[in-house]
Amino acid sequence: MATTTTTTEAATEVAHGAAKAGMPQLDPTHFANQIFWLVVTLLVIFFVLKLVALPRIAGTLAIRRGTIINDLAAAEELKQKVFAAEQAYNDALVSARAEAGKIVTAAKADIQADLNKAIAKADAQIAAKATESAGRIDEIRAGAQAAISEVAKDTAKELVSALGGTADARSITAAVTARLKG
Amino acid sequence: MAAEAQEGGLSFHPLQQFEVHPLFGDGPIHWYTITNATVWLLLAAVAVVIFFVVGSAGRKLIPSRMQSIGEMGYDFVHNMVVDVTGEDGAKYFPIVMTLFLTIVFSNLLGLLPGSFSPTSHIAVTAVLGIGVFLFVTLLGFWKHGFHFLGLFWMKDAPLALRPIIAVIEMISYFVRPVSHSIRLAGNVMAGHAVMKVFAAFAPMILVSGIGVLVTPASILAITAIYALEVLVAVIQAYVFTMLTCVYLKDALHPGH
Repeated sequence: MATTTTTTEAATEVAHGAAKAGMPQLDPTHFANQIFWLVVTLLVIFFVLKLVALPRIAGTLAIRRGTIINDLAAAEELKQKVFAAEQAYNDALVSARAEAGKIVTAAKADIQADLNKAIAKADAQIAAKATESAGRIDEIRAGAQAAISEVAKDTAKELVSALGGTADARSITAAVTARLKG
Repeated sequence: MAAEAQEGGLSFHPLQQFEVHPLFGDGPIHWYTITNATVWLLLAAVAVVIFFVVGSAGRKLIPSRMQSIGEMGYDFVHNMVVDVTGEDGAKYFPIVMTLFLTIVFSNLLGLLPGSFSPTSHIAVTAVLGIGVFLFVTLLGFWKHGFHFLGLFWMKDAPLALRPIIAVIEMISYFVRPVSHSIRLAGNVMAGHAVMKVFAAFAPMILVSGIGVLVTPASILAITAIYALEVLVAVIQAYVFTMLTCVYLKDALHPGH
């Protein structure tokens, strides 16, 4: 009996000593303690997460996701607006160009008409002046003709009288006129 | 003492860091005693509050850095739950998030020098693993009744093979909590122990001439292992959470 007790005690001591010298993990004396505090820790962390942290983080993430989606939608909308504005700008540019072309054509036509009018007027004036000048030239020419025959008749009469002859006016005029025609 | 004598002044206690002791006094550890394990578990809860309650308090449209961390963690786990279990799994998201944050913060806080890793203890990870196992099993029966057992009855396998497959599936189903919890505790514990072993070699330069080589090598090794451990801390939390999601999917859609 005593031997058995001693053996058991010795075995316990050996086991304990082994636990002390060996792996403290296998010492069962503090298992209850570790398990109790582990359960406490797990419960604390679980309720902290469940009641405070996780809902809050989930909320933050949801709000952020919503904001990002809204921002992207707004950006898309703005992009469409920009596209439309660009389209409108280009349209306006094209129509402005067409308008400018029309105005240029009209102005050119106006200028051409004015020019034609002015040219016609100038032509008419030039024609009138030319006619007038031609009349005057004819007049002068006629005057000169008359003066030449007068001078020729006088000169011929003087020549005839200087040579000692007397000549009647009728024959001299006839002779001069004949010469002037020749 | 023996180790010290053999190694000539170096002390090798790679497992000392896993010891649980009362924070106040030196009495026995009752179930309610506040120990170093308690402190680091509760610090994980404090970290959750800082990153997910204080950080998210601003509710800014353009998040601050702290807020960003909380939101990234939220999105990460939420997407994992929805991707694996489908939309109807989304209501279990707070539970999965709790698991992920508890593990990831315990792991990362445990990497602070002089700290304690609650997740290096099989008692802790076993509770997590068995808790997940019981939760998904009960959920499966509650949602689908005995149809939940269809999970083990492969309809697309040949009829003769189905009982054998059912036995194998059954075994693998019951091994789940074991692998689920030992994977986490084992990874965390092994990394910490390896770091401690290298750390024990670091003061070699004070002991013998060969320390000129050993000390820089061990410091370099600690740095490298530490970087690896940061990775492991996050990956193991991810793996645990991901497997929880997979088990949850089996409970919600046992017919695949």
